[in-house]
Amino acid sequence: MLNRWRLKLALILTLAICAVAVASHESHMKMHSAPRTNNVSANPNEVVIANFSFEPATLTVKAGTTVTWVNHDDEPHTATATDKRFNSKTLDNGDRFSQEFNAPGVYNYYCALHPKMTGKIIVK
Amino acid sequence: MAWAGTGVVWAMNGGLLSSTELVLGAKRKPGFNFIQISDSHIGFNKDPNHEVTKTLQEAVDKINALEDAPAFVIHTGDITHLSRAEEFDTAAQILKGIKTSRVFYVPGEHDVFTDDGQLYRERFGAGTQGLGWQSFDYDGVHFIGLINVLNLKQGSGTGLGGSGFGQLGQEQLAWMKDDVRGLSSSTPVVVFAHIPLWTISAEWGWGTDESEQALSLLKRFGSVTVLNGHVHQILQKVEGNVMFHTARSTAFPQPAPGTAPAPGPIKDVPADKLRSMLGLTDVRYVGSGNQLAVVDSTLV
Repeated sequence: MLNRWRLKLALILTLAICAVAVASHESHMKMHSAPRTNNVSANPNEVVIANFSFEPATLTVKAGTTVTWVNHDDEPHTATATDKRFNSKTLDNGDRFSQEFNAPGVYNYYCALHPKMTGKIIVK
Repeated sequence: MAWAGTGVVWAMNGGLLSSTELVLGAKRKPGFNFIQISDSHIGFNKDPNHEVTKTLQEAVDKINALEDAPAFVIHTGDITHLSRAEEFDTAAQILKGIKTSRVFYVPGEHDVFTDDGQLYRERFGAGTQGLGWQSFDYDGVHFIGLINVLNLKQGSGTGLGGSGFGQLGQEQLAWMKDDVRGLSSSTPVVVFAHIPLWTISAEWGWGTDESEQALSLLKRFGSVTVLNGHVHQILQKVEGNVMFHTARSTAFPQPAPGTAPAPGPIKDVPADKLRSMLGLTDVRYVGSGNQLAVVDSTLV
């Protein structure tokens, strides 16, 4: 009988320690993953602009899809097609720009303000 | 709000160009002096500076408090943040308050990226050539204002055919070649443009395509000084007869190349630390064979 209680107590203690460990691990994870959520969109047809880059840099969509860019940087940016077929103009912090892609092909674009920033939309 | 604006006083004495920190009531040597200000980014309203009009005004007040009024002032671009009409107007209104004969401008990419410089040229393009480039002479010194922020080309360094650098363009280079043709080689030349005419960071696009062509036109001159903005920090280099120098911003500091994942404002600067942050400058004293010397000192 005594042995069974000892076993139960040990089990409870072990579980408690595990719970604390998991909780601390979760909070640790949250702390480190929070800034990253800024750069990744839940919408598969959305390009997030953050830290002077387009994410994803290459986005593949079906013909007829509307792609939306959203700027998460404090710095203004643009999404400007290399051949000027589309141009978002100024996207300040929080601004969005949408463009429908009907014809299959590869659409290279860049930021007119920071031309080192480049991306492409592949339409299938 | 801490003082964030700054300017550099340039004094010309017998072909020897030197700069000192803009200090209230500083004694000036004989000769003439002019002032370079840069990157006022009117319209920017985020950390670390929510009052960029105020800090530009403070820079103007500092200039006006100088014992020797500057012969003229040069603004090396990014006058505005989003090239909006009201931002240009606010900047022009503040800069009109400078007690000097004239303010010369060259645009930054923030001044031209929405309309290829139309609004900019409407306001500041009078008397300029081509897309807005210009030259003038003052007291034996030849000044050339170049534009390297138009027609920027996409460039990722992955073979797409562009560097992401500033662009001068062949039309402007042809004009410049013609402009310096009749000058004596002993004429001191000062070139001003927004993006540096030397490669500071290929990764961040801090350099200018065709800058070597422009500089080759100036090889025969004994004294060439290149004044740029864009990088929001003082950086300096001497190469042969050419002294390159970048100015601080009147709005916010940017990180040194390689010290941050991306360029852009250094955001986490406490208001009371901004001035000392702007003061953290690589100060060099350089004396070269052709007697060109530049002296900088920190803000604090």
